[in-house]
Amino acid sequence: MSRDMYRQRILDHYRDPQNYGTIKDPDVTYEDVNPSCGDEIQMYAVVDDEDEIVDVKFDGQGCAISQASASLLTEKVKGMTVEEVRDLETDDIREMLGIELSPVRVKCAVLGLKVLEGGIVEYEKGKGT
Amino acid sequence: MSIEKASPYNVEAVRDDFPVLGRTVDGEKLVYLDNAATSQKPQAVIDAVSEFYEGYNANVHRGLHKLSQEASEAYEGAHDKVAEFIGADGRENIIFTSNTTEGVNTVAFGWGMHHVEEGDNIVLTQMEHHSSLVPWQQVAKRNDAELRFLEVEEGLVKDGEVEEKIDEDTTAVSVIHMSNVFGTFAPVDEIIDRAHEHGARVLVDGAQSVPHASVNVNEMDADFLVTSGHKMCGPTGTGVLYGKTDALHETEPYRYGGEMIKIVEYDDATWADLPWKFEGGTPNIAGAVGLSAAVDYLEELGVENVHEHESAVTRYALELLEDDDEVTVYGPHADYDKERAGVISFNVSDAHPHDSSQLLSDQGIATRSGHHCAQPLMREMGVPATTRASFYLYNTYEEVDALVEGIETVKEVFA
Repeated sequence: MSRDMYRQRILDHYRDPQNYGTIKDPDVTYEDVNPSCGDEIQMYAVVDDEDEIVDVKFDGQGCAISQASASLLTEKVKGMTVEEVRDLETDDIREMLGIELSPVRVKCAVLGLKVLEGGIVEYEKGKGT
Repeated sequence: MSIEKASPYNVEAVRDDFPVLGRTVDGEKLVYLDNAATSQKPQAVIDAVSEFYEGYNANVHRGLHKLSQEASEAYEGAHDKVAEFIGADGRENIIFTSNTTEGVNTVAFGWGMHHVEEGDNIVLTQMEHHSSLVPWQQVAKRNDAELRFLEVEEGLVKDGEVEEKIDEDTTAVSVIHMSNVFGTFAPVDEIIDRAHEHGARVLVDGAQSVPHASVNVNEMDADFLVTSGHKMCGPTGTGVLYGKTDALHETEPYRYGGEMIKIVEYDDATWADLPWKFEGGTPNIAGAVGLSAAVDYLEELGVENVHEHESAVTRYALELLEDDDEVTVYGPHADYDKERAGVISFNVSDAHPHDSSQLLSDQGIATRSGHHCAQPLMREMGVPATTRASFYLYNTYEEVDALVEGIETVKEVFA
């Protein structure tokens, strides 16, 4: 039963997302949508000289899984280097959420990561690395 | 409840014709309410497809052998059957496509690209399906034409829009007959009259209307009409493009190749007669045979009866849903007294439609969530998406009760 999917922790992050909002003049910014269900996420991050993420925020709208996952992701990546974030994979998101996900819902769950990684690719291009 | 739970036919007997309706989903009885996406298939259609492959599978048109003759007769005869079903003059007006989208593209690129000129306008409604909207966007871009939209409120074209937007510069009008978001009907008679006064051609998107309501292309006076077979009990990969004979003569083929030619030389070719010049390549013969059986099935039940049954079930559902403060219904409500069909878009409290559908699915209830291939409309409505329940000839009042009960679970989780 996918009711297990809607654990309290997921619902809490959906109702009261962490790091929700925008950052003025971010080093990393990107947005994307999940066209099948209309989830939208924008990510903003500030990166220091050591390529470490010192601040990160997201905004957007969508299903509980996409929004809770983005919220949890912002908590997870604070303090990580951009390279470490780029190495994150779907399984890391699964582990972070701690719930079973059907193939359709995996797309919701990884949207936040996809957006953040997309922003990092742009950031690195800009730096010429 | 003021609704009498009646039906013009024996719904339980009808349900027995559809094998998949007997299955369970993770131990729950299947409640299939995603019919606007695709309908289930009766045994008669499944059998017709099997019988074709088991008994007379062959390519059509040119074969002289017995199997090819039988296959050709069935394939061509399916055109006659569909023609009669939608009130067309004959098989030369019926082109089989793979889906509604292919039908729209055939008209947009085969007719629109050659007739819409710079400075002309193309009129659509705000509630077009992407399959009708996107091809016409391409025509407008390539030919420097203007796209105009009849504004819609709660699923209904606003008063005065038809007169205001369709004018002497209008060349093409493409209009969704029945909305796949609201279940409402566009005022096609008014639109077609107005368009014809100005010499414009009208394409009617009948993907939702033909399966659910009696449609007569001649009475309607549509120049083109497209629909899909799989939403009306037929196999997937089947669709229909109807065109008036003169409109089809104005239309260039959109797919060139085998089966659609008359005489071929190394540097040129001429086209086969209608409708075959639009059916390049080996067609979906089994699909056509299945579609023919689907038409037989619907005619036996009576499309008017199907419409009556669905309307009653829909009204019942609307009354229950509107009674619930935590459910928002989009489009006309239960007290709407004009014709409408069995599509209800709604949202439950703070739950995202995607989550609502997921929780309903846990209870065996199949609904659809998303933008329903109408992203601009969703933006206009100010919602990211909706949950949609859509009914067909086999849905019961008890299934509506199951939906309402299922929504209680959504409310519990997202309370």
